[in-house]
Amino acid sequence: MYAFDYAKPASIQEAVAALTAAEDGKILAGGMTLIPTLKQRLASPSNLVDLSGIAELKGIRQDGDALVIGAMTTHAEVSLSGLVKSVIPALAALADGIGDPQVRNCGTIGGSIANNDPAADYPAAALGLGAEVRTTKRAVAADDFFLGMFETALEDDELITAVSFPKPLAAAYAKFPNPASRYAMAGVFVARTAGGVRVAVTGAGANGVFRITEMEQALAADFSPAAIAGIAVDPGGLNGDIHGSAEYRANLVAVMAKRAVAACG
Amino acid sequence: MTTDGIGAAVRRKEDKRFLTGKGRYTDDIDRPGQAYACFVRSPHAHAAIDGINTDSVLGMPGVITVLTGADATADGLGLLPAGWMIHNKDGSAMKTPGHPVLVTDRARYVGEAVAVVIADSYAEARDAADALEVDYTPLPAIVGTGGASAPGAPQVHDDVPNNTAFDWCIGDKSATEAAFAGAAHVTTLDIVNNRLIPNAIEPRAAVGEYDQGTDITTLYTTSQNPHVARLVLSAFVQLAPEHKLRIVAPDVGGGFGSKIYVYAEETVCAWAARKVGRAVKWTAERTESFLTDAHGRDHVTKAELAMDAQGTFVGMRVKTFANLGAFASLFGTATPTYLYMTLLSGQYRIPAIYGEVDAVYTNTVPVDAYRGAGRPEATYVVERLVETAARELGVDPADLRRRNFIQPDAFPYETPVLLTYDTGDYDKHLTAALDLADYRGYAARKAASAARGKLRGVGFSSYIEACGIAPSAAVGALGGGVGLWESGTIRFNPTGNVTVHTGSHSHGQGHETAFAQVVASHLGVPIDQVEVVHGDTLQTPFGMGTYGSRSIAVGGSALVKAADKIVAKGRKIAAHLLEAAEADIEFADGRFTVAGTDKAKTIQEIAFAAYVPHNFPEGVEPGLDESAFYDPLNFTYPSGTQICEVEVDPETGVVEIVGFVAVDDFGKVINPMIVEGQVHGGIAQGVGQALMEQAVYDLDSGQLLTGSYMDYCMPRADNFPDLKIGLTETPCTHNPLGVKGCGEAGAIAAPAAVMNAVTDAIGTSMQMPATPARVWQALQTVPALAAE
Repeated sequence: MYAFDYAKPASIQEAVAALTAAEDGKILAGGMTLIPTLKQRLASPSNLVDLSGIAELKGIRQDGDALVIGAMTTHAEVSLSGLVKSVIPALAALADGIGDPQVRNCGTIGGSIANNDPAADYPAAALGLGAEVRTTKRAVAADDFFLGMFETALEDDELITAVSFPKPLAAAYAKFPNPASRYAMAGVFVARTAGGVRVAVTGAGANGVFRITEMEQALAADFSPAAIAGIAVDPGGLNGDIHGSAEYRANLVAVMAKRAVAACG
Repeated sequence: MTTDGIGAAVRRKEDKRFLTGKGRYTDDIDRPGQAYACFVRSPHAHAAIDGINTDSVLGMPGVITVLTGADATADGLGLLPAGWMIHNKDGSAMKTPGHPVLVTDRARYVGEAVAVVIADSYAEARDAADALEVDYTPLPAIVGTGGASAPGAPQVHDDVPNNTAFDWCIGDKSATEAAFAGAAHVTTLDIVNNRLIPNAIEPRAAVGEYDQGTDITTLYTTSQNPHVARLVLSAFVQLAPEHKLRIVAPDVGGGFGSKIYVYAEETVCAWAARKVGRAVKWTAERTESFLTDAHGRDHVTKAELAMDAQGTFVGMRVKTFANLGAFASLFGTATPTYLYMTLLSGQYRIPAIYGEVDAVYTNTVPVDAYRGAGRPEATYVVERLVETAARELGVDPADLRRRNFIQPDAFPYETPVLLTYDTGDYDKHLTAALDLADYRGYAARKAASAARGKLRGVGFSSYIEACGIAPSAAVGALGGGVGLWESGTIRFNPTGNVTVHTGSHSHGQGHETAFAQVVASHLGVPIDQVEVVHGDTLQTPFGMGTYGSRSIAVGGSALVKAADKIVAKGRKIAAHLLEAAEADIEFADGRFTVAGTDKAKTIQEIAFAAYVPHNFPEGVEPGLDESAFYDPLNFTYPSGTQICEVEVDPETGVVEIVGFVAVDDFGKVINPMIVEGQVHGGIAQGVGQALMEQAVYDLDSGQLLTGSYMDYCMPRADNFPDLKIGLTETPCTHNPLGVKGCGEAGAIAAPAAVMNAVTDAIGTSMQMPATPARVWQALQTVPALAAE
């Protein structure tokens, strides 16, 4: 780890000011990616702005038909929330499947979505549920937020404040974990909503989370595993590495999609 | 009468300190004024070092010095040696280029130590190490085992043609050829024994310190064999004379063989401490552990088993290419030879066996002993062959084994591959395992799995292993550089409690309890009155350390010999005090009694009399403190049977272990709870090899692709069902405890059991590890399943 200056502001305004003033500032949310990166000397920010002291970034509330989850809410808080379990149980289940208890007690939804790790779980939920990412500057639809591997629509001085998830008619997430890291090798979030069906895939794509419109259309006509059984996933654009070929991941996406649909009941 | 002696499931004495965070590991040791070492490591698998610009970092904050291979050479430091000299088929000696502690000419694997920075803090040492300018000329690299000896492969060492360290053979070639020529059926397998990274929880660490007043160098380090480390560092590396060198291996958090080797980094800490006049500390980062801890296994093998028309084994033929890494390590050359092919007879009568091994150098980290060391590789060859033969012949795998087992009345049994098994009853543990596994109910379970869309398979592994390599004369004849005896001292203190010193070393095995139980049983004192001391060359007698499941069989036996001496001397003292003839003194349960009377003295009273000898027999020395060395007559031969049941998800390729049984014959058992723990841990590592673990080097660049837990998959608790464990017992015939050793059995047997089950489930053979992706890929080649 290289030396850096550390600040723990008490408000969003102070955080933005600290970030803007820094030569090469980084936001510290739960630190589940950033801290290991720092320890391995793969990053050398001049300043860390720790968001853990900002009360207004935490918490879960219902806003009409949507769940609004503060950016600094931990995975454990989401997974254990009675409100999340009753409104979007698939989201609580997804949070409960992230990492291990230590990770879930530190990692945050805002950190996960801002980092946009191509194997992270939350981007699949955000895209699959058609969430809205609220920032210090604006509200961005999930469809416009995730731009590629570790890339988002966020600007340098822009913080996620909350994520708003509209309540679906039914939803489920099926994840196939990498045996070593237990990150998603293929995670498929399926949601039936009043506006149609959404199928979002994480872990498999070379450019991060993506939707499969062919499956969405088939499921809109017939919401059953059988409806997508014949749809082959194109391995082009999927990752291939020592853990599995792109063809294997394409198979996993198809299998996990079927299982997610079945789990929607 | 003691109730916590041999056979009692006593809780481990050492666990209180481990579980309450009071263990004292090498990284817990800080010496006054210590400096820190950070190693500069080769980023290339193979590269000439054209220059190192130490001036580029010498002025950096906190930097004390930068040391290179040239400095080591100038100081007369020797090379890290190979522990075993293997001879070629033509009788000539193997080629063993020594391993310099820091690279002198060219780097031969990614992560090899090129230079070291010593600084006031680790962060400063790291800053300077990152900044050090090293001029490399990258060279072509070879990392693969199979291709290393092929013509045109890059040469790891200029003086080792075809990268071949040795070509070695065992057994009767012509008799084996004849057996195959007359065979009714031959089963053939191509086998890869995947390369593993040991992954002890505690990374390697060292603190070197030099006392100018006494001229003594002390090295605190993570070693399984501190006396051997001292011997190597004095006799080979010439760091300091043996009597001026002290090695302390305090609590050590797991070794699995990877802490046998005397490594460059630890050596450098001791050397650097002398050069800078301050203690020097280094603790490996986990990345360094992946890159530089000795790896395990890495064999490529063709194996054949010949049978007659009745399925009786008539011959076995095995050819193996073994990867030594860039240098031959302490057990690196013994592992793929004498610890491997001597076990090819397994539990079976096989009249003719012939094996060949070509050992190759590659641009990878050295390979050394890893839990089982050669015996897992042998068991995998034998048990995959036997199971495959049974499937090919349409015979139940249990029946084919029974048909070929060495029978209980055939012991001692001389195999065609050097060993003489002293005792065993193989049908007994096979039968017990079949019962525990409810083998009769298997067909119904398979049908139930099929109804759920799952493929169920069952696999066996009836292993034999050889523990406690011995006797020393035989070890020497085979090329071992040391004797493999063990030492022990039992010291009664005047107040009646006991301090035991052993030359072996505990790094998770529970010696502080098991050895205390042995002493308690033989001397009739409770185990809480027995303190076992190990790991410090200043305190303990010279000993060979712990590996190869040798400690209880060899080290425990040394303590029995020492206890016998204590009793013999105690009898003289008791006879004097009780005014009886020595021949009339009986010793039992801690009391010396005049036969047929109630006249007695406790052993504690005798100890007090020995240290306060106011009334003492003439000609007997004071004190009650006895040492013994034990050199076994033979190996011990634990054996057993594991049965594994798996369920495979054909959609994803996931293998779930749904049943696992292990029935072992470890001879007499000292502490069944510790034995069960050893079996559990061994099975976990064996399952890890079968289903998850594999060190992968990029074939072109030679980079380690599995350099972290993101990519190197370790087994976790949720990968296992409840393990069903059983024991049978045929006591070892040639050591005083009747013990055989249990530390490696699980890891030796499990890979074959798991892979036989996977093969049965998916209907096709595949190489380890059976990861989901690889199983799914294999299933695509099975037409009936691919169509589903």
